[in-house]
Amino acid sequence: MIRLEMPSLRTMALATVVVLGGAFALAFFYAPNDADQGFVQKIFYLHVPIAICALGGFILAAIYAIAHLRTGNPIHDVRAYVSIHMGIIFGTAALLTGAIWARAAWGKWWVWEEPTLVSFLIVYLLYATYYPLRYAIEDRERQARYASVFAITAGAFVPLNFIAVRLAESLVHPRVFATSEGGLPGEMLFTFLVALAGMALLFATLMRFELAAKATRGQISRLRRALDSEAPAAAASRIAPGGSG
Amino acid sequence: MPALPLDEAGKYVAGAYVVFVALLLIYVAIMAVRIDRMREELSDLADLAERKARSTQHAAGRPQAEADERSREVVG
Repeated sequence: MIRLEMPSLRTMALATVVVLGGAFALAFFYAPNDADQGFVQKIFYLHVPIAICALGGFILAAIYAIAHLRTGNPIHDVRAYVSIHMGIIFGTAALLTGAIWARAAWGKWWVWEEPTLVSFLIVYLLYATYYPLRYAIEDRERQARYASVFAITAGAFVPLNFIAVRLAESLVHPRVFATSEGGLPGEMLFTFLVALAGMALLFATLMRFELAAKATRGQISRLRRALDSEAPAAAASRIAPGGSG
Repeated sequence: MPALPLDEAGKYVAGAYVVFVALLLIYVAIMAVRIDRMREELSDLADLAERKARSTQHAAGRPQAEADERSREVVG
């Protein structure tokens, strides 16, 4: 079986800088200004890829959670946790950049009547409850199991929510892809796809970074436990009658 | 949806990109603090391990020295 070797963190970081930097350059110097929205539409190349990556992170977490429940391997639980963590960070960025775009386009920071905005906020708040739910359980194994069940249930909610919003009738939020008008022109679509690739790379790099930090943290804890348990054992062996000391 | 003039739209576009970069910087700063804490903890553990190694050598050193002394006597 062919095993794909993961690129190093440094390679991923460099690729992210190149692709995301290139995408932003394309957005400002290559993609034409939108006839309807004008220059404000440049936010689209930032906001939409961030939102897609946030939702993708939540779905990825559900996949890892399924793997965790199937195999019992704690690494999948850690990956699900990190996916949700990154999803929340990207979700925060999507909400903030979306609010700035809404202010420029609609004159309001937030529109409660708009299903796209409200549904994204619901999904975001749903995942924000993941942390208190997880850390309310002390037993590590139960904590991981319950967190996986949550990640699967909430993950199933993400595509359902997306479909429900698409079916909703009153929409102020623009529908860019797969519209009857033919969607994005070539230059805009190309720029958007490069921006999406860059944002996905950023997500993957930050996730890898977070996982590496978590693994190091775990190894430090193991080392501390080993050193701490060695000291009393050695002392006891010296004190005990017939001990080596 | 009438398009905003460039000078008006520019500040919103700049704002959105600045927010993104600021969030990224906050994340990197938090990670830097966490990594610095891990570095400190690792340095503590290295000190602890060195102290242990020294005390173990010290404890094992005496019987070893006695054994060396005996072997020198036998050879001599």
